[in-house]
Amino acid sequence: MREVSEQEQPNDGVGGEGPPGRGAERPTQPADAGAQAPAAGSGPASTGVSADARPILSVRDASKAFGAVHALQGVSIDLYGGEVHGVVGENGAGKSTLVKILGGVHPPDTGTLLDSDGRPLFLSGTAASREAGIAIIFQEPTLFPDLSVAENVFIARQPRRRGGRIDHRSMQRQSRALFERLGVPLDPDRVARGLSIAEQQIVEIGKALSFDARVVVMDEPTAALSATEVARLFGVVQSLREHGVAVVFISHRLEEVFAICQRVTVLRDGRLVLSQPVSGLSAGDLVRAMVGRDIADRAHERNQPGAAVLRVAKLSRAGIFQDISFDVHAGEIVALSGLVGAGRSEVARAAFGIDEYDSGDVFVGERRLRKGVPIDAMRAGVAMVPEDRRQQGLVMDMSIEDNISLASLRALARHGLLVGSGERDFATDWAGRLQVRYSRITNPATSLSGGNQQKVVLAKWLSREPSVIIVDEPTRGIDIATKAEVHRLLVELSRGGVAVLVISSELPEVLAVADRILVMREGRLVAELARAEASEERIMTAATGQADVPEAVEEASPA
Amino acid sequence: MSTAAPPAEPAESAEIASPRRLVDIVLRARTFGIVAVLGVVVLISALIQSRFVGGGELRFILSQTSLYALVAVGEAMVIMTRNVDLSVGSVVGLSAYVSANMFGTHPGIPTILVFAVGLGVGLACGVVTGAITAIGRVPSLVVTLAMLYIIRGIDTIVVGSGVVLASTEPSSFLNLPTDTVLGIPDIALAVAVVVAVAAYYLNSFRSGRDLYAIGSDPEAARRAGIPIAKRVFTAFVISGALSGVAGVIWAAQYATIESTAATGLELQVIAAVVVGGVAIFGGSGSVVGAALGALLLQTINSALNVIGVSSIWIEAISGLLLIAAITLDRGIQVRLAAALRKRRVRLGA
Repeated sequence: MREVSEQEQPNDGVGGEGPPGRGAERPTQPADAGAQAPAAGSGPASTGVSADARPILSVRDASKAFGAVHALQGVSIDLYGGEVHGVVGENGAGKSTLVKILGGVHPPDTGTLLDSDGRPLFLSGTAASREAGIAIIFQEPTLFPDLSVAENVFIARQPRRRGGRIDHRSMQRQSRALFERLGVPLDPDRVARGLSIAEQQIVEIGKALSFDARVVVMDEPTAALSATEVARLFGVVQSLREHGVAVVFISHRLEEVFAICQRVTVLRDGRLVLSQPVSGLSAGDLVRAMVGRDIADRAHERNQPGAAVLRVAKLSRAGIFQDISFDVHAGEIVALSGLVGAGRSEVARAAFGIDEYDSGDVFVGERRLRKGVPIDAMRAGVAMVPEDRRQQGLVMDMSIEDNISLASLRALARHGLLVGSGERDFATDWAGRLQVRYSRITNPATSLSGGNQQKVVLAKWLSREPSVIIVDEPTRGIDIATKAEVHRLLVELSRGGVAVLVISSELPEVLAVADRILVMREGRLVAELARAEASEERIMTAATGQADVPEAVEEASPA
Repeated sequence: MSTAAPPAEPAESAEIASPRRLVDIVLRARTFGIVAVLGVVVLISALIQSRFVGGGELRFILSQTSLYALVAVGEAMVIMTRNVDLSVGSVVGLSAYVSANMFGTHPGIPTILVFAVGLGVGLACGVVTGAITAIGRVPSLVVTLAMLYIIRGIDTIVVGSGVVLASTEPSSFLNLPTDTVLGIPDIALAVAVVVAVAAYYLNSFRSGRDLYAIGSDPEAARRAGIPIAKRVFTAFVISGALSGVAGVIWAAQYATIESTAATGLELQVIAAVVVGGVAIFGGSGSVVGAALGALLLQTINSALNVIGVSSIWIEAISGLLLIAAITLDRGIQVRLAAALRKRRVRLGA
């Protein structure tokens, strides 16, 4: 992945300006960079790329408040060419705000951005940010479903011929070259509609590459990627480094920070608590810095599973999944694992009745669920927490209260009418049980952080007291502390006799919560591992269909 | 757009490009679908009433279509951006009166100047509508509904109890709709040029592609740095301007203009746009399709007329067609998504 040469990229930009290995020694940390930042003088980690002497971009003493909430307070960060700068922190720590400041979405209330010559930089909008050579890869890709992949990459800056006409051929060629560089066989001519999240992410990354941006900010780029895709992404990040780009890498996976970053900044409650080279730091150090305390690994005790509650028998859907059969017992947590695109979510959606399927049966207890009728599944006591909480899990503009009670309105209604304070009490009760942190229960769901949004989705479904719960990527984009809470919650549920089916791309998560692990590959169930015999290697081997596990996966997994 | 595939195509690109091919085929099939339905309508009508395929009737259809197609081009551009312009009928009415009235107030005025006046009226309306929608960020459905009444109100005040009578207009003007080159109405040719220019613009210029992007996902468009307000504003101005010009054509066609001229035209135009394959929620479609949609609706209208179907039924049938078009569109979308899913290039495999 290393030998990414100068592709035929007509765009001017960083490619030529920041030659790798300029030989400048890394300076010790500038005096004012980050309040408590110790100037540990250790060199760049492992790889032979050395960073430039002057920061390409500096954030100086930036603060930003939204109403009474101080999202960011006096944060200073220096971004060097050829360096991958990890930014970690819990939800609400200010990472997203930092990203938005760099992206020109929000200007900071106080503080400035400085360019490589130390001149102040005013980003009046996303276009200005892009002009300044900053590319943002947002957590949730927003592509134009009706436009082609190539146009998504080059929108608003398509290569042009004389007279301002778009050069469709050149655009197609350049996109193809980009995706070749990424090692992904995406067809530039196909429409973006129907791309998986992983594929959409690839398009976004291709777009950032096409800018030849000097600063690339990746806001949790790996959250939706499978291990092989993460490895591929790391190759791309490496090549960006070699071209002298400053990469800001935001992730909840600490092992990734250690694998790819040279420097790491920890934010907590909008303040910078630590900013120093990765070497010499341990995962424990980072976690302590993030949460201000140690998180003990959860003890894992299990009860004996009961009878099979959810039974999926020979479920098939042409081109998506074939011949899927499994049971989930009462009091058991079963994880559905595999690469993104293996068909895990699709199986779950079909079982719940959201999607149709061609053949097979789904039973809850003795009751056969009608296909394509989610209400049937709900009546049978099945709950489903979808993968995409913003689009599918919540009505974002509705209040927290209304979101929580949404799936239980029938039970709350008297003679078909919702009266009195029943709904409020109900929602407050469940929000409390799940420890949702909110200021007012009548505020819209948009006012909550990602982790708390997820808790609201869980509250909505748990309040129906289901006998089967299906959770798709329960902790995507959620900070470590909340993640642990969600895990604990799932375990508690299973102890209470609920059958839990978890779909997750994060192997540590799978290993932490599951009693049994089912592995899918290309629409088929290829392995079933009991908890005792499961390991990341074994899951990956089954998921990829390879005898050996890719190198980068081992690198990315915790020691 | 060549229909036959070039013979020597590299095998590799053929393999990768298959989903796109499919999309192309489906989209083209949509245009072909309109043309095919058009053919069937003409054929059936001709069998029932041979007068239908006489040059006179077809010329009449073309000249009638021109007006709708012209307005439909602007409307299509607005709808592509996930907006809608309900004010076009009122703009056509106001422009028709103001421009035709010029002949009475300024006898001997050149026709080209009258067109300029119509264009000016349309531009003014488009600027106001566009400004409120794009800059004021008020939903276009509300703004243009209000503009529909406001402009119609202005029209009524301006017209008063008066009427522009055919006697005040020069015959050269009133003959415009029937003037032909090689048997094709002049106006139809002019509108065809407008459609072609608009299609080329939408396909080959960044600002044109931006309209699709805005309609496809406004949030993504904002993030991509597309000046949404400017583009939406422009779309409304173009829609207004084309409606203004269409008003002059209306004047030439109907000669006698009252304050109720072109009432309800906006719905016929939107119907044409949707039948022509422009997605009602924006993002896809073409102005060629919109123009063809106008042609189809007009042809069906005339055909039913010629066959002798009562005008009451004609409207109902237009409505049915609209539902059929939208249902078909929805069906195609679902099928397409399913097909793309099956062919998806699987990552990480």
